[in-house]
Amino acid sequence: MSHANVFRATFQRELKLLARQKADWVNPLLFFIIILTLFPLGVGAKPNLLREIAPGVIWIAALLSVLLGAERQFRQDYRDGVLEQLVAARSPLVGYSLAKIAAGWLGSGLPLILVSPLLALFLGLSTEALTAVVLTLLLGTPLLSLLSALGAALTLSADKGGILLTLIILPLYIPLLIFASAAVEQASFGLNYQAQLAVLAAMLCVALALVPLAVQKALKLNVG
Amino acid sequence: MPQFNFASFADFLAMGGYGFFVWLSFGGSVAALLALGFYSKRQQQQFIQQQASRAAREDRVRQHTQEQQ
Amino acid sequence: MFKWLDPYAKPQVLFATLLWWQRWLMPLSIIVLLLGTVWGLGFTPADYQQGDSYRIIHVHVPAAIWSMGVYAWMAIAAFIALVWQVKTAQWAIGAIAPIGAVYTLIALFTGAAWGKPMWGTWWVWDARLTSELILLFLFLGVMALQNAFADRQTGDKAAAVLAVVGVVNLPIIHYSVEWWNTLHQGATITKFAKPSMDPSMLWPLLICILGFALLFGALTCLRLRTAILQHEAHRPWVRQYVQEQQHATV
Repeated sequence: MSHANVFRATFQRELKLLARQKADWVNPLLFFIIILTLFPLGVGAKPNLLREIAPGVIWIAALLSVLLGAERQFRQDYRDGVLEQLVAARSPLVGYSLAKIAAGWLGSGLPLILVSPLLALFLGLSTEALTAVVLTLLLGTPLLSLLSALGAALTLSADKGGILLTLIILPLYIPLLIFASAAVEQASFGLNYQAQLAVLAAMLCVALALVPLAVQKALKLNVG
Repeated sequence: MPQFNFASFADFLAMGGYGFFVWLSFGGSVAALLALGFYSKRQQQQFIQQQASRAAREDRVRQHTQEQQ
Repeated sequence: MFKWLDPYAKPQVLFATLLWWQRWLMPLSIIVLLLGTVWGLGFTPADYQQGDSYRIIHVHVPAAIWSMGVYAWMAIAAFIALVWQVKTAQWAIGAIAPIGAVYTLIALFTGAAWGKPMWGTWWVWDARLTSELILLFLFLGVMALQNAFADRQTGDKAAAVLAVVGVVNLPIIHYSVEWWNTLHQGATITKFAKPSMDPSMLWPLLICILGFALLFGALTCLRLRTAILQHEAHRPWVRQYVQEQQHATV
């Protein structure tokens, strides 16, 4: 099977699954919103304070909500033996991984972007800051999907998968956190944040080039 | 030829008032490195002992089955 | 190009070679470290600004430098393991990771002890300490991943992938944190002021850096030998070795 065929077949299947198992994308979204609600409850609802911590808070909430669903990414196919079949048939796993990651982003990243106007409400974001949030989410959530897929692939057959996945991915996520929250912060001061966006775009490109290969390697060694 | 920088051993320990931090640093580092070294050494010894007891056990089992035959 | 290395990929040959290296690396590293630390502690003048507290540099800087160096070596072993499927390189990852973690801990610990008299707090989120903390998490992640699998080989291979991914990320993380630090720098200087080092003060520091390197080598030999024994336990040469060791201690 060619790369494109594997990609298309896997992607269509994932979309169907997303449509049927709504919990797969609704739950992380609710989680995201609830976490954001926790912050004013925990640190106090002073508008100035919230506006100041908003950039970091949004991105930490985004990370946690994506990581929440990460463990499930390959688990079903691993349990059902689908992965074993793909490896045995020497199928191009890169196409399979990319489709999984793309569909995963549709389920975990896109909802966050769509819901982000709510953040303006909850955290008192200005219009400029909100634009920055949407842009950084647009660039950053695919990167998050790539990283979380890597973590999921590495820990697929591990004994204590869940938390371990989070632990190994968090350090890798730090540059994204730094630049994304800095961009939103700059925007809230009315300053230019193109540089930060450019860095995010560069990180996304590097990840797109390298992560699928690492995911393929990780899937093979967990199945083998 | 480097000269000893302190007037007395007491001065050396005091480190110009910073004694606590300096000796905490050096002591902690030495302790950590020694711990790593001894732990690694013990890991190897434990493995060798485990293997030796397993080999001895296998010998005993083999002897026992031979005697029975 | 690397054909001459082939024999060393064989566990038994490697085991003997490592033993030879370890025999002299271990005492040499201890001597060098003693020389460097005693020289640095007692035989150099105090710093003009920082007084005698600057002497902590002799453990902090070598540990920090080599925490990154050790990660690099771990990543090289991982790369060799993944690309050329060399088993002994796979085993080396588990041998090296704890050494790196300890070096990183020492860098953090001595950094805090140096910071307290200088900046008044035990911890400060400056670029170097924050980077070291993240490096610690990277080491711990590799160690945790390696030990998380029922099948030891899967663990070794997964740790190899993570180590290579981590090394690609290391410069990115390092520069991100540096950049982040300039962003959030307050009025106070948070960078560790470089002590104005007279050349005579440089020598013990260099010797300590060498000492930490030699110790890394010695400990790796020791730990990799253990890993070889564990993975090759069923082989006749290991059984013979175990027997010899028993008779030596008894």
